[in-house]
Amino acid sequence: MSMLNIFNVSGSAISAQSKRLNVVASNLANADTVAGPDGSAYKAKQVNFQTQFMGADGGPGSAGVSVSSISENQAAGRRVLDPKNPSADADGYVTYSNVNAIEEMVNMISASRSYQNNVEVMNTAKSLLLKTLQMGN
Amino acid sequence: MINNLTSILDFQAQALSLRSERQRLLASNIANADTPGYKSRDMDFAKALRDATGQQGGGTSLSMGRPSGTAAGRLDTTQSGHIRIGGATSDTNLLYSTAGQPNLDNNTVDMDRERASFADNAIKYEATLGFINGGVKTMLDAIKGTS
Repeated sequence: MSMLNIFNVSGSAISAQSKRLNVVASNLANADTVAGPDGSAYKAKQVNFQTQFMGADGGPGSAGVSVSSISENQAAGRRVLDPKNPSADADGYVTYSNVNAIEEMVNMISASRSYQNNVEVMNTAKSLLLKTLQMGN
Repeated sequence: MINNLTSILDFQAQALSLRSERQRLLASNIANADTPGYKSRDMDFAKALRDATGQQGGGTSLSMGRPSGTAAGRLDTTQSGHIRIGGATSDTNLLYSTAGQPNLDNNTVDMDRERASFADNAIKYEATLGFINGGVKTMLDAIKGTS
């Protein structure tokens, strides 16, 4: 029943993709944030995927996905001249987050398509397994 | 005696287990479509099936006449020092597919191809299941002897 492993593989993939979607949502929500949790401007975050072998044999036959780390984009944030803003620095500039909304939207669509693909894979595996269970009928 | 009855199913059983193996492989590729550096894997199905059933050619009367006690297609390991070679799941049967379009992150999964192969493999899996069910039906009809 090596096909039962498909649920582990695709399950790990949709869990990884949903983490990616979660990070995209955080980034988009904070696109216009002036200050992040540490007091400085919010930094866009990104998940890093890694292959994780999960079969009983540990071989390449069932390669799942895990999120190895979440890294922060260290690019400088957007600076806007707005001396009246309470968050403005000595020169009158306000530093916003470095989130690029267009990049995040593209990332979101990509994550959602990958998620759908893996759900599709699980549905196919499920119907094949159900038919296998009825073998000989 | 009962071995003779079921030996015609051996070939299809091997094919079915190989198909499910390949299905798992393709699912892994689809799951890793966004993993940097992942290399897409696939198997040469005809060769894997030949290895698994111990055939040289590609004929149909494959599993006839082979002693049905031995594991199909593998080199028999009759002594403890023997090294097992071949078999459906051995790593040597897994090939790397080449990327249709190069990718910046060195990932070689071509989603269109993987989805097509996945659907193709699912259909063929069902076909093999159908052959097995047909064989079982034929056998049951023969046993019952009813028309």
